[in-house]
Amino acid sequence: MADFTCEADIPARTGVGLKPEHYDAVLAAPEGTSDGSAHVAWFEIHCENYMGDGGPPHAALRAIRERFPISAHGVGLSIGAERGLDPEHLARLKKLVAWCDPGLFSEHLAWSTHDSGFLNDLLPVPYNEETVARVSDHISQVQDVVGRRMLLENPSTYLQFETSTLSEIDFLKEIAARSGCGLLLDVNNVYVSAVNHGYSAEAYLEGFPLDLVGEVHLGGHAEDEDDFGDPLLIDAHDRAVIDPVWALYDQVIAAIGPRPTLIEWDNDVPEWETLAAEARRADAVLARYANAKDAAA
Amino acid sequence: MPKTPPPEAEAGQAAFAAALLDADAPIPADVAKIRGQAPEKRFAVYRNNVVVSLISALASAYPTVKRLVGAQFFDAMAGVYVREHPPISPMMIFYGAAFPGWVESFPPAETVPYLGGVARLERARREAYHAADIEPFTMEQFQAVASGVAPERMPELRFTAHPSLRLVRSAHPVFSIWADQNGHDVPVRQGGEDVMIIRPRSEVTMRQTPPGGFTFLSAMSAGQTLAAAAASAEAETQGFDLASHLTAALESGVFSGVKAPEG
Repeated sequence: MADFTCEADIPARTGVGLKPEHYDAVLAAPEGTSDGSAHVAWFEIHCENYMGDGGPPHAALRAIRERFPISAHGVGLSIGAERGLDPEHLARLKKLVAWCDPGLFSEHLAWSTHDSGFLNDLLPVPYNEETVARVSDHISQVQDVVGRRMLLENPSTYLQFETSTLSEIDFLKEIAARSGCGLLLDVNNVYVSAVNHGYSAEAYLEGFPLDLVGEVHLGGHAEDEDDFGDPLLIDAHDRAVIDPVWALYDQVIAAIGPRPTLIEWDNDVPEWETLAAEARRADAVLARYANAKDAAA
Repeated sequence: MPKTPPPEAEAGQAAFAAALLDADAPIPADVAKIRGQAPEKRFAVYRNNVVVSLISALASAYPTVKRLVGAQFFDAMAGVYVREHPPISPMMIFYGAAFPGWVESFPPAETVPYLGGVARLERARREAYHAADIEPFTMEQFQAVASGVAPERMPELRFTAHPSLRLVRSAHPVFSIWADQNGHDVPVRQGGEDVMIIRPRSEVTMRQTPPGGFTFLSAMSAGQTLAAAAASAEAETQGFDLASHLTAALESGVFSGVKAPEG
């Protein structure tokens, strides 16, 4: 099956989530031109969408893989689940990763499966010793089976647990130390959780183990309010990134230098050019700090 | 009558999962209270995410069903289905396998008797779309194999169905309805229709099968011999012409191989 292996890692530039609506626009653009696709340095796939046996999704991925590096982002592994990982799903993931040879591989700090089934959402976990042990074991298992280092993504959360004893940052640090995984820093998730739970996103980022960050996510969120009329932000991935999140992104890249950055826009997917314009905006930030780094060297 | 006390909230993922699909279930005991209250609206975000995302998955799998009944009816119907049949696998591209049969017995949809049949077509199309990529077995390949088989053994041949082949039989004109709803200029007639769905290469194709064709192809794809499949078709349709049906099947890319008779 490995008919399009490519050793390219993910460059420290901007990628976007690969959507079927955009297959034609992406593949129609001549290489090396200044139109939309040239501003997108790589694509991220949601692994589960390419776990069928074949068909147009595989054909499109094969064609895009020949021209762009791919990052594989799982949404269904349920790493935070109380029950063990699904061996069938792990096997599918292993097969996909072996097939498309992604430059990065990531999953969420969340759970979605229970005995009642697959709940198709990224559900929260309490931050305590028991969860650290379980999540670390699950990540080690994933890394062993898939044969890749995994990046674990910080979540957007809407509630907290009485049973949490650790901060989110200490929780992530401990898991990374035990499993050897890296981190995927979703800046929008930082902003959403900070607003929802009333803490400073800037302070959170100052405490974040930025040296472990292998990839950054940016996305849009929806606004609602809770029972007390306090703001409740929802990680909807259905619109443009807002300015406060761009400011946090700037803070992150200033601190760690350019990192592969993804624009996530999964619902109400826009025209290709709108998405490419968001990618160009992130690329401008990356270029600014890449140049600063070169000048300082 | 004594009033039933509200159920006690439990902790952990079992309680969390149960409360997601049941809006009347208590919020799990380990969820942090805010100013002494269980955070109803915050928990509702998860409830809403689960149900809305599952309805949306069904809507993308069954777009013609949605068009036929309208968004409001579809969302309400899908909302009932997702609570009764939440996915059992993270493979959302295949979620909703039981939806067509469920729609057929969903009382509010009784006035649209062809709805379940159209859902079956859409399900078949999705399965064909994601099926394995295998080159269809061609007429030339068949002739090459057939030239090595004694004529009296020909009826013993068994074919392997292409992995994307799906067959749908309905008492309603579901093919015409689907085509009409998807921008094709097809008159919708009365009566049942038999439909063959296949993706020999990149495009999913769909066509009505002539009388006897559905039974013949069903038997062939179940691994029956050419003779047995032809007999089933003849029993249903007098004067079934095996040669023309076999030729049409090979030209449509219905098979991925043939097994020569053993011994």
